[in-house]
Amino acid sequence: MNTASPPQLRPFKVESLEVWRGESCLFAGLDFAMGPGQAALVTGANGSGKTTLLRVLAGMTLPAAGAVTWSGTPVHRLDPAQRADIAYQGHLDGLKKELTVAENMAFYSTFWNGRQVLEELLEELRLNECRDRQVRYLSAGQRCRAALGCMRLKPAKLWLLDEPLTNLDARGAELVAEWLTAHTNAGGLAVVATHQREHIAQAASVEIEL
Amino acid sequence: MESFLLILRRDFRLAFRRWSELATPLMFFVIVASLFPLAASPDASQLRDSGSAVLWMSALLSSLLALDGLFRADAEDGSMEQLILSPAPLGLIVLAKILAHWVVSGVPLLLLAPLIALSFYLPADALPTLIIALALATPTLSVLAAIGAALTVSARGGGAIIGLLVLPLTAPVLIFGTRATELAVTGESTLGPLYLLAALAVFALSLGPLAASAAVKVAME
Repeated sequence: MNTASPPQLRPFKVESLEVWRGESCLFAGLDFAMGPGQAALVTGANGSGKTTLLRVLAGMTLPAAGAVTWSGTPVHRLDPAQRADIAYQGHLDGLKKELTVAENMAFYSTFWNGRQVLEELLEELRLNECRDRQVRYLSAGQRCRAALGCMRLKPAKLWLLDEPLTNLDARGAELVAEWLTAHTNAGGLAVVATHQREHIAQAASVEIEL
Repeated sequence: MESFLLILRRDFRLAFRRWSELATPLMFFVIVASLFPLAASPDASQLRDSGSAVLWMSALLSSLLALDGLFRADAEDGSMEQLILSPAPLGLIVLAKILAHWVVSGVPLLLLAPLIALSFYLPADALPTLIIALALATPTLSVLAAIGAALTVSARGGGAIIGLLVLPLTAPVLIFGTRATELAVTGESTLGPLYLLAALAVFALSLGPLAASAAVKVAME
């Protein structure tokens, strides 16, 4: 594991984490710590627990043993202000099907107290022509891009991305890699679970194999 | 507070884009109440005796039906994960969702109830009390149903379980609601049961959202 920064500067810590799904142990004794500017790549076969790990890191699932802490607080006990430090994008896109792309993004932008960069984001994501279309009429790839756009609006320090590239085309994957590099260069942290490691590898400084 | 209004506005907009879902529990209310005289007797004095019971039972069941999916759509499309990881307290978000839902489903029910009451030969003097009693009781029912909806958000066939969980808890609302209506029909003072309904509403609205938000968190694990 990367130990470039001294321990006190690494606010995101995972200690002897053990996670079970039903009767089977997915992994045990997972330890790592991350500091500003670091991105971790989580790889592993289907069913190895990548999604569960990210949910545990987001504080939405409790581990069987071990602890995940963000600035010294266990992630499932963060106070609301700290919770906003974490952006999570899982398999579900978090978009309302009956609302348009722009309405969804405007909602999250205000809700997160987020960055007012909606127009630039729509441009960057090539969603301008379908901005006023309801999400239910979008393709899987467009939906995926809109969800990433919502995530980008959150002024979060830690990104937890679960298979962000699955439905994206080559340009979309490039954009995610660019965003990751920009995010870590600005002192952000990220944990990305993916099967397409070639797109993300150069932005990642830590690799976790399950 | 800002996020409270934001959720409220979002849920209103969503409700109007899928208004047919809103109409279902209302139609259910009207149909159940109108089928009753067919099963009982069409005699005016008997209808007047059973009218308030029928009204209250149909209102109770229709509000359960309406609230069943309160959190399910958000859980299924991933919005709930985003709401949990938000800077706003989850209890406040849940309260906003309940309030939005009450405005779009409870208020139309208040407006329909007098029409149903008239078809049961309830005297016109009793109608204002009926509306006030329903206005005080439906928020409590909404909160109770929301707790049930939160607990069953990830359970299949949630609709039936929600009834088992919530219906026993609605007994006080039913007792005081029908009592207020009966007193109004016979022309006596209705303040007692109305105050009790108001007290129940305050109790439910202050603690219920916290319980529902805790249940949502457990269900999302």
